[in-house]
Amino acid sequence: MTFISFGISRMAWMASPVLVGLLLVAAPQLAAAATSEVTVKIANFTFSPADLTITPGTTVTWVNNDDIPHAVVETEKTFRSKALDTDDKFSFTFTNPGEFSYFCSLHPHMTGKITVKK
Amino acid sequence: MDKSDKIRPTKDEDGIDRSGFLECMTWAGTGVLWALAGGLPQAMGLSTALAAETPAAPFTFLQISDSHVGFSKPANPDALATLREAITRIKELPKKPSFMIHTGDISHLSKDIEFDNADQLIKEAGIPVFYVPGEHDLLDDGQGKSYLDRYGKGSKGAGWYSFDQQGVHYIGLVNVVNLKAGGLGNLGADQLQWLQDDVAGLSAETPIVVFAHIPLWTVYPDWGWGTSDGAQALALLKRFGSVTVLNGHIHQVMQKIEGNIAFHTARSTAFPQPEPGKAPSPGPMKVPAGDLRKYLGIATVDFVRGGEPLAIIDKPLAG
Ligand SMILES: [Cu+2]
Repeated sequence: MTFISFGISRMAWMASPVLVGLLLVAAPQLAAAATSEVTVKIANFTFSPADLTITPGTTVTWVNNDDIPHAVVETEKTFRSKALDTDDKFSFTFTNPGEFSYFCSLHPHMTGKITVKK
Repeated sequence: MDKSDKIRPTKDEDGIDRSGFLECMTWAGTGVLWALAGGLPQAMGLSTALAAETPAAPFTFLQISDSHVGFSKPANPDALATLREAITRIKELPKKPSFMIHTGDISHLSKDIEFDNADQLIKEAGIPVFYVPGEHDLLDDGQGKSYLDRYGKGSKGAGWYSFDQQGVHYIGLVNVVNLKAGGLGNLGADQLQWLQDDVAGLSAETPIVVFAHIPLWTVYPDWGWGTSDGAQALALLKRFGSVTVLNGHIHQVMQKIEGNIAFHTARSTAFPQPEPGKAPSPGPMKVPAGDLRKYLGIATVDFVRGGEPLAIIDKPLAG
């Protein structure tokens, strides 16, 4: 069992008093590095999930599973990856709430959206 | 249509037959040829074409496309090797072409080594080469600076230009920059304005050859196979009696004739892509190793003054 999302770990917290104690001890350190991670897969010229909602501080990693390079470019240029060859990854940490539309600069018919909400 | 068939539509008074342009599109196993004589299309199977007594052409040019040097995934572990085969074929042509047009995706990832390897090989053909970039050629940190440094001398904007050869006006367009989310290939207002000025002084009898990476006509928008403002470019060329549009990008031969405009896409020298909609995505088609070379190839274009046929013969690397 891996808790990579803080939303999930809080639920486990309530379920297990023992875990609560452990987490409370570790809390100051974890808060400083408050990260959760989500992966967006690129396969068959499609981002999946194409529509993703996350909390501020979340790091999204795109992984290219195709035999053709793709790139991840935000419409307002908030982020822009290099060309990702097969199995290459690109990560971006979203600190501010908002809607971020992105597309592949090589194949612009490929589009996706990240919604960052508290 | 039988591969020995040949179509010679009758001319109108202006020498242009406007009926049935699309009636004959012959696939003859290893290749297809069609000819455009002052807007008068003739189509015949490749075997017929090769056997036919054609008048000596004063000049021929050649199109290659999508060499993707650096690509090494199935079904082609070595795109440089298949480019070498294509160049060998070019060197073996009985009549040396006047020049070569490369319709983009020279490299796979715009790496210097990929461009270097491609240049080294293509140079061996021993004829001038005219390039336009594909989206794979603009992946350097400078987003196209490498391409322009190497191939862009004398060009405008992102690399567009025109030139004249023996009475034919050639126009190289760039439709792979500033692509918009959800969109297709794109020429942009600056390039369209340049195009308008470029052809302004030409007489309507001047044969025009336009080449660009992504098809200027809409082949399959779901896969981005088209150019959003391509129709505006073609409108600027409407008054010309003979317009031939050469594209790459889709890694397969496709053609159509609309009015006086003939469209043609070339095979890749690296890997085939599926027919529109016939696969979940336009990714590389994984064909059996022994069949790969049937899907790769080059195209030669004959231009004959007088009869004025513009004949394109697609030649796969293997039958
Ligand atoms: Cu892409």
